[in-house]
Amino acid sequence: MSAETSETSVPAPAPAPPARRRSLVDRVLGRSTLRRHLTLAVLALLVVVVVLESTGPFRNAQFASMAYYGIAGAGLTILLGLNGQISLGHGAFMAIGAYTAALLLQGDDPLPLPVILLGAALVTLVAGAVVGVAAARLHGPYLAGATLALAVAVPGIPLYFSEALGGEQGLNVRVPDIPPWFADAVFFVTGQDMSRSRYLGYLGWFCLLVTFVLLANLARGRVGRTWRAVRDNEVAAELAGIDLGRARVLAFVVSATCAGLAGGLLALSARIAAPSGFTLTLSLLLLSAIVLGGLGTLTGALLGAAMLTFVPQLVTGLGQDLGLSDVRSAELAPLSYGLVTMLVVLFAPAGIVGGVRAAVARRRAKSSGTT
Amino acid sequence: MKRWPRLAALLATGALVAACGAGEEREEAPSEGSTVGVTDDSITIGAHFPLTGVAAPGYSEIPSGHQAYYDFVNANGGVHGREIEFIVRDDAYNPTNTSQVTNELVLSDEIFAMVAGLGTPTHSAVVDFLNGEKVPDLFVSSGSLQWGDAPEEKPYTFGWQPDYEIEGKIIGQWVAENRPDAKVGLFLQDDDFGRDGEKGARQFLDEQIVEVQRYQSGNTDIAPQIAALRASGADLILGFNVPSYTALSQLAALRLNYKPTWFYSNVGSDPALVGSLLARFSEGAVADGTRLLDGVLTTEYIPGVDVPDDPWMQLWQRVWDEHGGEGELTNYRVYGMSQAYTFVQALQAAGEDLTREGIVAAIEEHGSGFEGPGLAPFRFSEDSHLGISGMQVVEIRGGVGEELTPVLVTDIGDAPIEEDDSAAGDAPPDSGIPDQPAG
Repeated sequence: MSAETSETSVPAPAPAPPARRRSLVDRVLGRSTLRRHLTLAVLALLVVVVVLESTGPFRNAQFASMAYYGIAGAGLTILLGLNGQISLGHGAFMAIGAYTAALLLQGDDPLPLPVILLGAALVTLVAGAVVGVAAARLHGPYLAGATLALAVAVPGIPLYFSEALGGEQGLNVRVPDIPPWFADAVFFVTGQDMSRSRYLGYLGWFCLLVTFVLLANLARGRVGRTWRAVRDNEVAAELAGIDLGRARVLAFVVSATCAGLAGGLLALSARIAAPSGFTLTLSLLLLSAIVLGGLGTLTGALLGAAMLTFVPQLVTGLGQDLGLSDVRSAELAPLSYGLVTMLVVLFAPAGIVGGVRAAVARRRAKSSGTT
Repeated sequence: MKRWPRLAALLATGALVAACGAGEEREEAPSEGSTVGVTDDSITIGAHFPLTGVAAPGYSEIPSGHQAYYDFVNANGGVHGREIEFIVRDDAYNPTNTSQVTNELVLSDEIFAMVAGLGTPTHSAVVDFLNGEKVPDLFVSSGSLQWGDAPEEKPYTFGWQPDYEIEGKIIGQWVAENRPDAKVGLFLQDDDFGRDGEKGARQFLDEQIVEVQRYQSGNTDIAPQIAALRASGADLILGFNVPSYTALSQLAALRLNYKPTWFYSNVGSDPALVGSLLARFSEGAVADGTRLLDGVLTTEYIPGVDVPDDPWMQLWQRVWDEHGGEGELTNYRVYGMSQAYTFVQALQAAGEDLTREGIVAAIEEHGSGFEGPGLAPFRFSEDSHLGISGMQVVEIRGGVGEELTPVLVTDIGDAPIEEDDSAAGDAPPDSGIPDQPAG
């Protein structure tokens, strides 16, 4: 895994771009990493506002789901792509975040949403630290096995404590009212009333941008370098004075925290936290999404999230337009997802982002060779 | 120095975006009834069903029953000149998916009403959303009490089938009267289904119950539960479980050579489905699964495929022959058609000027008088949105239910159980389409 992804980083500046291009990018985004990421985030925020305001409520809700898949995927891609640890248990961390948010949202007068989402992330952080300490001692298939057990076991917890956690039916989540100042501010800018799904879209994408900026900075800095060093060669990393265990636990904790935040957002979007929403399938889907998008890149995580969100609905709609029965077109969704995965693995083993980047590099090498 | 033009450009963009805005005036929404999903010649409705995944066998057939009946009605001119368009979305029995597909149905497909969305955990994920958006949420395919016992909280939601509590009461009373010496064991699904059923049964059987075992849906190893029931000496087991667990409990009991009397709630007792599941789970060892169910007690509230001469079954057979898709008419398709029949009655009662608020009011006002395939009348009123009010106890012989009692009618809580065959005699009109006068 490490060999293919060793060249990718977050977010990836192209390797040795031509001088003219670099200067243009530099002029727009600035030279320092932090400023570059912040400027990108502000530009992305503008795009988010335009997209959310120009689409209907259903698309808004889809964008909200894309945001939580994106956040969870980003956390996982950092862990797997940058630190070389595999986790088949991220669905379980999402469950922990979702249940924390759902519990905090019970009652008539819940805390403000940012506090609740922060709480979901923090509780998952603690869980991630506990699991991470154990995970840091494990490698490859053993780590996969241990996290798999987590994915299987965690949905059982609400069944066991069914009094407090709602059992099979889960906890219903009521989205708190939209803060008037927020609705007014957005109305002032866009002239549109704030719907609930648009509010969740904004919330999700705001969290996503914050997460991405933090992760991108982390990955580009000292911590990211340490993670990559541990991934690529443990012995060399240890010789260089890196505490392997600490690096691994930290990567695991960061990754789990992202999944917890994503879980909190999922609970808000789905309006429920129930065990059947966090089956092993969710963990595996997340993993396949980041592999599809391109391991180790935040753009890849976002692409994977987009596929998780939009492919099933588009394919089912297509099937119905082609005159298939409801059952048949519903069965198309998993089928097409499997086919896309196979195609990507066959033709772009480094994922979509990796494939595009390789193609760009090839073209550039060609053009620089001829001139 | 070079920074400032860029900053200025950013600020200017921001200001421009802000200037495109509309200021602070807002419009109030009109307060008349909502006609979303209704045109002069069509009504769009939708529902979530498990079309794929573990819950799909059986349940995925319900929407095909709905579709066949709506096609039949549409071919005969629709309701008040409007054709019914039914959109089905797959949630794979996963509440997260239910939320997403319900978003799609309500926000993108713009359905007039949700009709017959299936499942307790799945539907409870969307019931608040539907009521918040004021979308009529009619005839939920689940017998949980929560669809109808608090209409002030969920004014747009209506149940349809008898709720599990009255089923528990009717079963409990029958056992107490007819098997007063039985030691009763309960085998319950660990959710509203099992809980409501137990609550009803305990009103009559509290003294007789010797053991309660619960299973988590999804965990297919139920040998420990069955062994515990056997160890307690229970000789009559009440099962509030889904069909696959009927099959699993039968197999587990076979293995333990445990032969109590089994009494399954209506949900888990479809002989055809349980028979085929038995054959599959036992990998062919139990070839004639339906015979294994001989002597099993259960309840019925609508006529099913075991009584092909019933006038309702003849209607459903006709509809299925004319408009059905692939496959045979099954009890699940009959269930779907029976719900569809009630929905058409509700549309008729709501009159020509169809609104979301109008149909809710029409069901509250006239629903208790709807004559349909149900053996007992509906309980719909302003104070209750619970569905069919009763059922009869039957014993399965050769895949056919033989009546042991007349139709027993009751309500939740302390309401007495009474014999009431008044609705059981309802016959469908010759046209096959209800003729409910507009409110």
